[in-house]
Amino acid sequence: MASVQSEELTVPSSVKIVVAGGFGVGKTTLVGAVSEITPLRTEELLTEAGTQIDDLAGVEGKTTTTVALDFGRITINPEVVLYLFGTPGQDRFWFMWDELAYGAIGAVVLVDTRRLDGGFGAIDFFERRGIPFVVAVNCFEGGHSYSEDEVRHALDVGDGVPLVLCDARDRESCKTVLARVIEHAMSKLDPAMA
Amino acid sequence: MSPRSSDWWYDEAAGPLVRPYALVSGRTRPTWGRLNLATQVRAIRTTSDTSALSVEHLEIMKLCRKPLSVAEVAAYLHAPLVVAKVLLSDLIQRGDVITSDASRMAVAPDRNLLQKVLDGVRAI
Repeated sequence: MASVQSEELTVPSSVKIVVAGGFGVGKTTLVGAVSEITPLRTEELLTEAGTQIDDLAGVEGKTTTTVALDFGRITINPEVVLYLFGTPGQDRFWFMWDELAYGAIGAVVLVDTRRLDGGFGAIDFFERRGIPFVVAVNCFEGGHSYSEDEVRHALDVGDGVPLVLCDARDRESCKTVLARVIEHAMSKLDPAMA
Repeated sequence: MSPRSSDWWYDEAAGPLVRPYALVSGRTRPTWGRLNLATQVRAIRTTSDTSALSVEHLEIMKLCRKPLSVAEVAAYLHAPLVVAKVLLSDLIQRGDVITSDASRMAVAPDRNLLQKVLDGVRAI
Protein backbone atom coordinates (compact mmCIF):
# COMPACT_ATOMS: atom_id res chain seq x y z
CA MET A 1 0.00 0.00 0.00
CA ALA A 2 1.31 3.42 -0.88
CA SER A 3 1.89 5.92 1.87
CA VAL A 4 -1.43 6.64 3.48
CA GLN A 5 -0.55 9.87 5.17
CA SER A 6 1.43 12.62 3.59
CA GLU A 7 1.70 14.66 6.77
CA GLU A 8 2.07 13.45 10.29
CA LEU A 9 -1.26 13.71 12.01
CA THR A 10 -1.17 14.47 15.67
CA VAL A 11 -3.96 14.59 18.17
CA PRO A 12 -3.82 17.38 20.75
CA SER A 13 -3.99 16.70 24.46
CA SER A 14 -7.12 17.87 26.16
CA VAL A 15 -7.53 19.22 29.64
CA LYS A 16 -10.78 20.11 31.27
CA ILE A 17 -12.21 22.26 33.98
CA VAL A 18 -15.63 21.40 35.37
CA VAL A 19 -18.05 24.23 36.08
CA ALA A 20 -20.51 23.11 38.72
CA GLY A 21 -23.30 24.76 40.63
CA GLY A 22 -27.04 24.78 41.12
CA PHE A 23 -29.66 25.18 38.45
CA GLY A 24 -29.76 28.66 36.89
CA VAL A 25 -26.67 29.96 38.66
CA GLY A 26 -24.97 31.00 35.41
CA LYS A 27 -22.72 28.05 34.52
CA THR A 28 -23.40 28.23 30.79
CA THR A 29 -23.08 32.02 30.90
CA LEU A 30 -19.61 31.65 32.42
CA VAL A 31 -18.61 29.03 29.85
CA GLY A 32 -19.92 31.24 27.03
CA ALA A 33 -18.03 34.28 28.30
CA VAL A 34 -14.64 32.65 27.73
CA SER A 35 -15.27 29.92 25.14
CA GLU A 36 -14.02 30.41 21.59
CA ILE A 37 -17.15 28.68 20.32
CA THR A 38 -20.76 29.31 21.23
CA PRO A 39 -21.34 26.79 24.02
CA LEU A 40 -22.36 23.45 22.58
CA ARG A 41 -24.93 21.18 24.09
CA THR A 42 -24.64 17.46 24.14
CA GLU A 43 -26.99 14.98 25.66
CA GLU A 44 -26.66 11.72 27.43
CA LEU A 45 -29.49 9.27 27.68
CA LEU A 46 -30.30 7.44 30.84
CA THR A 47 -32.61 4.51 30.47
CA GLU A 48 -34.76 3.38 33.33
CA ALA A 49 -33.12 0.01 32.92
CA GLY A 50 -29.92 1.52 34.23
CA THR A 51 -26.40 1.16 33.03
CA GLN A 52 -25.94 -2.54 33.67
CA ILE A 53 -27.16 -3.66 30.29
CA ASP A 54 -25.32 -3.99 27.02
CA ASP A 55 -28.25 -4.19 24.73
CA LEU A 56 -31.64 -2.55 24.58
CA ALA A 57 -33.45 -5.56 23.18
CA GLY A 58 -36.61 -6.07 25.18
CA VAL A 59 -36.55 -2.73 26.95
CA GLU A 60 -37.96 -0.63 24.12
CA GLY A 61 -40.86 0.38 26.32
CA LYS A 62 -38.65 1.91 29.00
CA THR A 63 -38.59 5.64 29.16
CA THR A 64 -35.36 7.48 28.72
CA THR A 65 -34.24 10.59 30.52
CA THR A 66 -32.09 13.10 28.77
CA VAL A 67 -29.30 14.91 30.58
CA ALA A 68 -27.97 17.99 28.85
CA LEU A 69 -24.39 19.15 29.20
CA ASP A 70 -23.19 22.51 27.96
CA PHE A 71 -19.55 22.99 27.18
CA GLY A 72 -17.08 25.29 25.54
CA ARG A 73 -13.49 25.17 24.36
CA ILE A 74 -10.35 27.30 24.49
CA THR A 75 -7.51 26.30 22.18
CA ILE A 76 -4.40 26.90 24.27
CA ASN A 77 -1.97 26.04 21.48
CA PRO A 78 -1.87 23.45 18.67
CA GLU A 79 -1.01 20.75 21.21
CA VAL A 80 -3.39 21.56 24.05
CA VAL A 81 -7.13 22.27 24.14
CA LEU A 82 -8.98 23.28 27.29
CA TYR A 83 -12.62 22.23 27.65
CA LEU A 84 -15.06 23.74 30.09
CA PHE A 85 -17.89 21.43 31.02
CA GLY A 86 -20.95 22.63 32.86
CA THR A 87 -22.53 20.04 35.13
CA PRO A 88 -26.19 19.15 34.84
CA GLY A 89 -28.05 21.39 37.27
CA GLN A 90 -30.21 18.76 38.89
CA ASP A 91 -28.80 16.61 41.64
CA ARG A 92 -30.39 13.45 40.31
CA PHE A 93 -27.83 13.43 37.52
CA TRP A 94 -24.87 12.67 39.76
CA PHE A 95 -24.06 9.64 37.64
CA MET A 96 -22.71 11.98 34.97
CA TRP A 97 -20.27 13.64 37.33
CA ASP A 98 -17.74 10.84 37.42
CA GLU A 99 -17.18 11.05 33.71
CA LEU A 100 -17.15 14.84 33.86
CA ALA A 101 -14.61 14.90 36.64
CA TYR A 102 -12.40 12.15 35.19
CA GLY A 103 -9.00 13.71 34.57
CA ALA A 104 -10.23 17.26 35.27
CA ILE A 105 -7.44 19.64 36.28
CA GLY A 106 -9.82 21.52 38.52
CA ALA A 107 -13.31 22.82 39.04
CA VAL A 108 -15.31 25.96 39.63
CA VAL A 109 -18.22 25.81 42.04
CA LEU A 110 -20.38 28.70 40.97
CA VAL A 111 -22.77 29.95 43.61
CA ASP A 112 -25.38 32.63 43.79
CA THR A 113 -25.78 34.44 47.10
CA ARG A 114 -29.54 34.16 46.79
CA ARG A 115 -29.28 30.38 46.89
CA LEU A 116 -25.98 29.35 48.42
CA ASP A 117 -27.25 25.85 49.09
CA GLY A 118 -26.96 25.06 45.37
CA GLY A 119 -23.21 24.67 45.87
CA PHE A 120 -23.14 22.14 48.70
CA GLY A 121 -23.37 19.01 46.61
CA ALA A 122 -20.63 20.11 44.24
CA ILE A 123 -18.26 21.15 47.04
CA ASP A 124 -18.75 17.80 48.72
CA PHE A 125 -18.14 15.94 45.45
CA PHE A 126 -14.85 17.70 44.63
CA GLU A 127 -13.59 17.51 48.21
CA ARG A 128 -14.16 13.76 48.34
CA ARG A 129 -12.34 13.19 45.09
CA GLY A 130 -9.47 15.55 45.86
CA ILE A 131 -10.14 17.67 42.78
CA PRO A 132 -8.85 21.24 43.28
CA PHE A 133 -11.71 23.71 43.13
CA VAL A 134 -12.45 27.35 43.72
CA VAL A 135 -15.77 28.82 44.81
CA ALA A 136 -16.87 31.63 42.51
CA VAL A 137 -19.68 33.85 43.73
CA ASN A 138 -21.67 35.11 40.78
CA CYS A 139 -22.67 38.62 41.77
CA PHE A 140 -26.02 39.17 40.18
CA GLU A 141 -27.38 42.64 40.22
CA GLY A 142 -29.88 42.75 43.01
CA GLY A 143 -28.34 39.77 44.73
CA HIS A 144 -27.52 40.11 48.39
CA SER A 145 -23.98 41.14 49.00
CA TYR A 146 -22.23 39.27 51.75
CA SER A 147 -18.69 39.44 52.96
CA GLU A 148 -16.27 36.70 51.96
CA ASP A 149 -16.29 35.44 55.54
CA GLU A 150 -20.06 35.16 55.54
CA VAL A 151 -20.05 33.18 52.29
CA ARG A 152 -17.26 30.91 53.55
CA HIS A 153 -19.12 30.31 56.77
CA ALA A 154 -22.41 29.61 55.01
CA LEU A 155 -20.76 27.15 52.63
CA ASP A 156 -18.47 25.73 55.30
CA VAL A 157 -15.33 26.06 53.18
CA GLY A 158 -11.98 26.77 54.79
CA ASP A 159 -9.23 29.17 53.84
CA GLY A 160 -7.61 26.46 51.76
CA VAL A 161 -10.29 26.91 49.11
CA PRO A 162 -9.96 30.10 47.07
CA LEU A 163 -13.11 32.18 46.93
CA VAL A 164 -13.60 34.75 44.18
CA LEU A 165 -16.35 37.18 43.38
CA CYS A 166 -17.21 37.25 39.69
CA ASP A 167 -19.63 38.34 37.04
CA ALA A 168 -20.36 35.29 34.87
CA ARG A 169 -21.24 37.57 31.95
CA ASP A 170 -17.89 39.29 31.95
CA ARG A 171 -15.04 37.70 30.00
CA GLU A 172 -12.20 39.22 32.06
CA SER A 173 -13.91 38.27 35.29
CA CYS A 174 -14.34 34.66 34.11
CA LYS A 175 -10.72 34.52 32.91
CA THR A 176 -9.70 35.46 36.45
CA VAL A 177 -11.82 32.64 37.85
CA LEU A 178 -10.22 30.08 35.51
CA ALA A 179 -6.75 31.40 36.29
CA ARG A 180 -7.44 30.94 40.00
CA VAL A 181 -8.51 27.33 39.39
CA ILE A 182 -5.29 26.57 37.50
CA GLU A 183 -3.11 28.36 40.05
CA HIS A 184 -4.85 26.47 42.82
CA ALA A 185 -4.29 23.17 40.98
CA MET A 186 -0.60 24.06 40.61
CA SER A 187 -0.33 24.84 44.31
CA LYS A 188 -1.67 21.36 45.06
CA LEU A 189 1.04 19.61 43.06
CA ASP A 190 3.58 17.68 44.99
CA PRO A 191 6.53 20.07 45.35
CA ALA A 192 8.91 17.15 44.88
CA MET A 193 7.49 16.70 41.40
CA ALA A 194 8.02 20.31 40.40
CA MET B 1 -24.46 28.59 5.66
CA SER B 2 -25.08 25.45 3.67
CA PRO B 3 -27.19 22.80 5.37
CA ARG B 4 -25.17 20.02 6.92
CA SER B 5 -25.68 16.54 5.63
CA SER B 6 -26.90 15.29 8.98
CA ASP B 7 -29.79 17.74 9.02
CA TRP B 8 -32.10 15.39 7.22
CA TRP B 9 -32.62 13.25 10.26
CA TYR B 10 -32.83 16.04 12.77
CA ASP B 11 -35.74 18.37 13.19
CA GLU B 12 -35.28 21.45 15.37
CA ALA B 13 -38.76 21.19 16.86
CA ALA B 14 -39.25 17.46 17.04
CA GLY B 15 -35.68 16.39 17.83
CA PRO B 16 -34.09 13.39 16.21
CA LEU B 17 -36.34 11.78 13.63
CA VAL B 18 -34.59 8.45 14.09
CA ARG B 19 -34.54 6.86 17.53
CA PRO B 20 -30.97 7.28 18.76
CA TYR B 21 -30.22 3.63 19.41
CA ALA B 22 -31.41 2.67 15.92
CA LEU B 23 -28.21 4.32 14.67
CA VAL B 24 -26.08 1.88 16.58
CA SER B 25 -28.21 -1.26 16.30
CA GLY B 26 -29.24 -1.05 19.94
CA ARG B 27 -25.70 -1.10 21.25
CA THR B 28 -25.21 0.92 24.43
CA ARG B 29 -21.53 0.18 25.05
CA PRO B 30 -18.66 1.35 22.88
CA THR B 31 -16.45 -1.54 21.78
CA TRP B 32 -13.41 0.57 22.50
CA GLY B 33 -13.74 1.60 26.10
CA ARG B 34 -11.52 4.55 26.79
CA LEU B 35 -13.45 7.44 25.33
CA ASN B 36 -14.12 10.31 27.69
CA LEU B 37 -16.06 13.47 26.88
CA ALA B 38 -12.85 15.40 26.33
CA THR B 39 -10.90 12.70 24.48
CA GLN B 40 -9.60 14.10 21.22
CA VAL B 41 -10.36 12.20 18.04
CA ARG B 42 -9.12 12.78 14.54
CA ALA B 43 -9.85 11.09 11.24
CA ILE B 44 -6.87 9.89 9.26
CA ARG B 45 -6.88 9.65 5.53
CA THR B 46 -7.05 6.01 4.77
CA THR B 47 -7.63 3.93 1.71
CA SER B 48 -9.92 1.61 3.66
CA ASP B 49 -13.16 0.46 2.15
CA THR B 50 -15.92 2.70 3.50
CA SER B 51 -18.81 0.80 1.95
CA ALA B 52 -19.63 -0.86 5.29
CA LEU B 53 -19.92 2.49 7.06
CA SER B 54 -23.19 4.25 7.83
CA VAL B 55 -24.03 7.82 6.93
CA GLU B 56 -23.30 8.77 10.54
CA HIS B 57 -19.86 7.13 10.46
CA LEU B 58 -19.05 9.10 7.33
CA GLU B 59 -20.37 12.30 8.91
CA ILE B 60 -18.02 11.72 11.85
CA MET B 61 -15.11 11.16 9.47
CA LYS B 62 -15.92 14.51 7.88
CA LEU B 63 -16.25 16.31 11.23
CA CYS B 64 -12.98 14.88 12.50
CA ARG B 65 -10.78 16.09 9.67
CA LYS B 66 -9.60 18.48 12.34
CA PRO B 67 -9.18 17.19 15.89
CA LEU B 68 -12.33 17.35 18.00
CA SER B 69 -13.42 16.06 21.37
CA VAL B 70 -15.94 13.24 21.73
CA ALA B 71 -18.38 15.77 23.19
CA GLU B 72 -18.04 18.04 20.14
CA VAL B 73 -18.64 15.12 17.79
CA ALA B 74 -21.82 14.24 19.69
CA ALA B 75 -23.01 17.85 19.68
CA TYR B 76 -22.38 18.41 15.96
CA LEU B 77 -23.94 15.06 15.13
CA HIS B 78 -27.02 15.90 17.26
CA ALA B 79 -26.60 12.47 18.81
CA PRO B 80 -26.43 11.42 22.47
CA LEU B 81 -22.92 10.93 23.80
CA VAL B 82 -23.22 7.18 24.04
CA VAL B 83 -24.23 6.97 20.39
CA ALA B 84 -21.25 9.08 19.34
CA LYS B 85 -18.97 6.90 21.44
CA VAL B 86 -20.25 3.69 19.89
CA LEU B 87 -19.83 5.07 16.36
CA LEU B 88 -16.38 6.47 17.15
CA SER B 89 -15.22 3.22 18.65
CA ASP B 90 -16.22 1.45 15.40
CA LEU B 91 -14.03 3.88 13.48
CA ILE B 92 -11.12 3.60 15.93
CA GLN B 93 -11.18 -0.18 15.63
CA ARG B 94 -11.15 0.12 11.85
CA GLY B 95 -8.16 2.42 12.08
CA ASP B 96 -9.99 5.32 10.41
CA VAL B 97 -9.90 7.52 13.51
CA ILE B 98 -7.05 8.03 15.93
CA THR B 99 -7.39 9.29 19.47
CA SER B 100 -5.40 10.93 22.20
CA ASP B 101 -4.42 8.54 24.91
CA ALA B 102 -7.24 8.92 27.41
CA SER B 103 -5.30 7.10 30.10
CA ARG B 104 -2.69 9.86 29.98
CA MET B 105 -5.38 12.38 30.79
CA ALA B 106 -6.19 10.70 34.07
CA VAL B 107 -2.75 11.08 35.58
CA ALA B 108 -2.15 14.30 37.45
CA PRO B 109 -1.19 17.00 34.97
CA ASP B 110 2.36 18.25 35.36
CA ARG B 111 3.33 21.77 36.28
CA ASN B 112 4.57 22.47 32.79
CA LEU B 113 1.20 21.66 31.22
CA LEU B 114 -0.71 23.63 33.84
CA GLN B 115 1.56 26.63 33.27
CA LYS B 116 0.82 26.46 29.53
CA VAL B 117 -2.91 26.33 30.22
CA LEU B 118 -2.62 29.25 32.64
CA ASP B 119 -0.68 31.34 30.11
CA GLY B 120 -3.19 30.39 27.42
CA VAL B 121 -6.20 31.41 29.51
CA ARG B 122 -4.60 34.75 30.40
CA ALA B 123 -3.84 35.41 26.74
CA ILE B 124 -7.38 35.00 25.38
